Amino acid sequence: MIGLQHYLTLSAMLFVLSIAGIIINRRNLILLLMCIELMLLAVNFNFIAFSRYLGDETGQVFVFFILTVAAAEAAIGLAILVVLFRTRRSINVQELNRMKG
Amino acid sequence: MSGYLLSTLIWLPVAGGVVLLAMGDDNDPASARANAMRWTALAVSVLTFILSIGLYTDFDTSTSAMQFVERAPWVDAIDASYYLGVDGLSAPLILLTTFITPLVVIAGWDVIKTRPAQYFAAFLILEGLMNGVFSALDGLLFYVFWEAMLVPMFLIIGVWGGERRVYATLKFFLYTFLGSVLMLVAFIYLYRVTGSFDLFGWMAAPLGLGAQKLIFIAFLLAFAVKVPMWPVHTWLPDAHVEAPTGGSVILAAIMLKMGGYGFVRLSLPIVPDGSEYYAAMMIALSLIAVVYIGFVALMQKDMKKLIAYSSIAHMGFVTLGFFIVWHMAGGSGAVLGIQGGMVQMVSHGLISGAMFLCVGVLYDRVHSRQIADYGGVANTMPVFAAFMVLFSMANAGLPGTSGFVGEFMVIIASFKANPWFAFFAATTLVLGAAYTLWMVKRVVYGEVANDNVAALQDLNRREFIVLGILAFAVLLVGLWPAPLVDMMNVTIEHLVEQAGQTKF
Amino acid sequence: MYSYYLAIVLAPLFAAIVAGLFGQRIGRKGAHSITIGAVGLSCLLSFYVLYRMYWGGAEAENISVYTWAVTDGLRMEIGFLVDRLTVLMMAVVTFVSLMVHVYTIGYMHDDPGYQRFFSYISLFTFSMLMLVMSNNFLQLFFGWEAVGLVSYLLIGFWYKRETAIFANLKAFLVNRVGDFGFILGIAAIVMFTGSLDYATVFGQADDIAAQSVAVFPGTPWNAMTLICILLFIGAMGKSAQAPLHVWLPDSMEGPTPISALIHAATMVTAGIFMVARMSPLYELSTTALAVVIVIGAITAFFMGLLGIVQNDIKRVVAYSTLSQLGYMTVALGASAYGAAIFHLMTHAFFKALLFLAAGSVIIAMHHEQDIRKMGGIRKYMPITYWTSLVGSLALIGFPGTAGFFSKDLLIEAVRESHWQGAGAVYWIAYLSVLLGVFVTALYSFRMFFLVFHGEERMDKETRSHLHESPSVVTVPLVMLAIPSLVIGWFTVGPVLFGGFFGDAIVVDHGRDVLAHMGEHWHGPMALLAHAWQTPVFWLAMAGLATAAFLYLLRPDLPAKIRARFEGLYNLLDRKYYFDDLYIKGFAAWGRNIGTALWKRGDQFLIDGVLVNGTANSVGKLAGVMRQLQSGYLYTYAFAMIIGLTMFLGWLIWFR
Repeated sequence: MIGLQHYLTLSAMLFVLSIAGIIINRRNLILLLMCIELMLLAVNFNFIAFSRYLGDETGQVFVFFILTVAAAEAAIGLAILVVLFRTRRSINVQELNRMKG
Repeated sequence: MSGYLLSTLIWLPVAGGVVLLAMGDDNDPASARANAMRWTALAVSVLTFILSIGLYTDFDTSTSAMQFVERAPWVDAIDASYYLGVDGLSAPLILLTTFITPLVVIAGWDVIKTRPAQYFAAFLILEGLMNGVFSALDGLLFYVFWEAMLVPMFLIIGVWGGERRVYATLKFFLYTFLGSVLMLVAFIYLYRVTGSFDLFGWMAAPLGLGAQKLIFIAFLLAFAVKVPMWPVHTWLPDAHVEAPTGGSVILAAIMLKMGGYGFVRLSLPIVPDGSEYYAAMMIALSLIAVVYIGFVALMQKDMKKLIAYSSIAHMGFVTLGFFIVWHMAGGSGAVLGIQGGMVQMVSHGLISGAMFLCVGVLYDRVHSRQIADYGGVANTMPVFAAFMVLFSMANAGLPGTSGFVGEFMVIIASFKANPWFAFFAATTLVLGAAYTLWMVKRVVYGEVANDNVAALQDLNRREFIVLGILAFAVLLVGLWPAPLVDMMNVTIEHLVEQAGQTKF
Repeated sequence: MYSYYLAIVLAPLFAAIVAGLFGQRIGRKGAHSITIGAVGLSCLLSFYVLYRMYWGGAEAENISVYTWAVTDGLRMEIGFLVDRLTVLMMAVVTFVSLMVHVYTIGYMHDDPGYQRFFSYISLFTFSMLMLVMSNNFLQLFFGWEAVGLVSYLLIGFWYKRETAIFANLKAFLVNRVGDFGFILGIAAIVMFTGSLDYATVFGQADDIAAQSVAVFPGTPWNAMTLICILLFIGAMGKSAQAPLHVWLPDSMEGPTPISALIHAATMVTAGIFMVARMSPLYELSTTALAVVIVIGAITAFFMGLLGIVQNDIKRVVAYSTLSQLGYMTVALGASAYGAAIFHLMTHAFFKALLFLAAGSVIIAMHHEQDIRKMGGIRKYMPITYWTSLVGSLALIGFPGTAGFFSKDLLIEAVRESHWQGAGAVYWIAYLSVLLGVFVTALYSFRMFFLVFHGEERMDKETRSHLHESPSVVTVPLVMLAIPSLVIGWFTVGPVLFGGFFGDAIVVDHGRDVLAHMGEHWHGPMALLAHAWQTPVFWLAMAGLATAAFLYLLRPDLPAKIRARFEGLYNLLDRKYYFDDLYIKGFAAWGRNIGTALWKRGDQFLIDGVLVNGTANSVGKLAGVMRQLQSGYLYTYAFAMIIGLTMFLGWLIWFR
């Protein structure tokens, strides 16, 4: 029987993976965005697992919200990325350090 | 009407300022719109002054209780109220404010070329807020007015100031803000103790010596910066030098008085034991201000800086007068000291305002404040020279002018406290005369120094009116200070009583 | 009488305001008419008051005019105390002032500041009257400073001259040093009596004398001594006593009429008047009196010596004024207040006369003031010559003149005043005033001979224009010459020995030298008859003879003497180096302190280290901290995760 802890383990693995992706990846900004999506997915997994486990549907409602926000975020993120590429001719993360104080 | 006199004095100028801002700006000084703006500003300020006369005529000099009281709930949750009222300490200062503001408006009449509406609006709003500080009897309200006042002044220096205005205005803002934030902390503490922002509640609340000491220090930082006392005075010369003439006048004439007023309104009655504990230090700082700053003023090359430094020295008398209360070996003397300090505040408001206006008159013509750029002004501007010498003499504390009254009272009172206090305080007789008259010698007297001076035009009617009114006021207070003194007497006696009682 | 007093005081004030503010509108004639009219009125009324008081037997009056302010139980009022002492001063002040007003018409004839000048001297008359008529210390201080103000304005009247505006600043500042002591004295009085009113203070004088103040820890001073010395410091400034005398010679930069009015006859005697007025206080402190007498003696003798080497006609007279003021101060210290005031009165007449005569010569010489460029003017200016002679004789105390009575009796009083014992103080005082007589005669007649006799040393141009001054100048000279000559005859008896001052001056019985001398008083004729028996007479004659010998018979000698005693000459020529000490010493020292405090204290320490130092260190700290901001997204994300982990860890393990 696949229990709660399996879901949580999967979710944690996904989460750690995406964090690793964010930190280790120094090439591509798109990968970064995808990692963030993955992170949100991991959170969604948690919500659904707990919702099922506790028998409370509210958690699944939250997942829908998060999915919507994630979609919007991805759209905005990609739009920024396109603009960024137009101006900088690059989406290499290592070259993007203009936020330095 | 009279029931809401204080509110009127606060909100009428503010409303006038808002109207001016709404009228929009016109950078052509000769245009009809610019003219309308000036007249509106003048009308509002003069009307405010006329209304404020009621404060004098209806003032009851036989009681120390608050008069013209207004009270309305404001923020119920924390028991803060819109609580206004004046007594003998604040009424003269409100009158001073409403008296000086029209003069500042007239003085800036066609001198300000850029954004005149905003300039006049800033002064009107400032006037309202300053009246608010002097009449607030609720801690929170006091604090709001106190901080709000910084904004117009910040803009006046920052927008219409000289070359280094950004440095000066930041220094001014940070200095004063640093102090007043600590005051807020003290206010919050007092609120926690009494559960209200009522100043009278604070005065009545028992406080331990430790708490009183901390509160006093917090107040001290706020007020000492405003006064300003040595060693937190260095923002003042910079601010004055960079400020436009009107800004300097208001700064010296009224904003500095906030500090002195704070001491008598808050420090002395709320934390009498804390004040007593630090009185010796305060006296030492005041005397350092008188002597040290006197010497520094002597060597200034910039007229505005010189007058700014002389302001610090004169304000030293104010704090000296306030804090010798505890050094009186019984009997009288304490009232005289505080009375002297208060008179000195009013008088300094008139004299320093006049001195800055005099420098402004020269600056408008030659565009220099350096003493070295002048010489022999009396040859081309005899009327101006007469005014300048009169105000300089007043600055040097000549009897018959208002500058003498406060100094005389403080010296006499401090001699009673300790002859050495009086000894150091009285050095101002020599130092004050030295730095003021040396400047007069180099600026007013002598042969015509250069072509700029040779081309000077004497005072026009507008300038003559402003300086004439101030000269009249300076002489009036000097020759007959009784009305002013009577107004404050009973309140100060009550204050001395409060200051003498232990609160723990 | 109240309205009379008000009129006496306010008439000159009113005239001063009118002439000052509306000078352009009323013109020159208007300005001098109104001021002379007003001062004339004051003078007339003053003489009437004097008449009423002395011959009419009117009582002294103490009237309050208005309340200046009341606070803390301290009444500060403006009021008049008119007694015998006051009324004498009023008469002298208004009379000399009137003469000077008239004289000014001629002297300032071509000056563009004509109306301004009249306004100032009328204002001065007002201030001086306020000073002498005061019934309290506040008003005394007001008058004290107001005359100082007018003196400042008048010394700098020709404000284009660098020397004049230097002199007026110096005069004001030196006076302020005196006022520094004066105001502390007043503060001390308030401390001990709680009042500023003369009557109250004098009433409590004994109480004050019984108390003491610990000025320095462990050394109690008698309160009365402290008060009297502090007040006397004020008098030293105003009456130019050493070492605060330096402003008076420089004040000669002002126009001559004010040298006569302010710096000879009236203002500088304010200090003498003040001490006499405070006699109930001074009588209770012999220490203070000893200080007064020594300062006076030093001034009387050493300032006279300086007169011998001066070449500026006005400065010679100025040093003579210093010396004579020293005489008055010595008399005060000897408790002979009456003698001091009497000498003050006669001196006012003959010294004003000498100044105005000097002014008359100066006009004729086209504003040349160097006596080495004069000589033989006698035949060009007979009236000036004769009036000057009268003035000089009165100054040296030639028998019969006003100066004879006042000076002879003053010295006699000092000689008789044995209360100090025959100690050093007594001998310093007595020898100074005695030798001073010789010095006075020497410098007076040196100047007189150099100006009016001998060869004519001026250039041709000037000589061709030499003529007697107009009548507005000469009439005041004659009007002043008359009292200089005769006023001693009929005033000496009543003023000195007739109890003229009544209660106005209080003298301790044991020290009342004038009363003691009065027992042997047989009238002015008797005094005159014995004049030749006194050393005073012979010293004066010796001085006169020396002057005549050196400057008439052997004009080549002075230069030789000067060469022989060069060190001494330099000492005198540099005025004992007082000016150098004050200007290069104190003034420079003050400026250095100012610069040091400003540059080191304000700019370096407070602004540099504390204020901007704080700002800079915040900036530096921020500079270090910004290294953490790499700008890379992944470092920020990493930091967030570390932070999150730490918080979680804290939550798990430590809660």
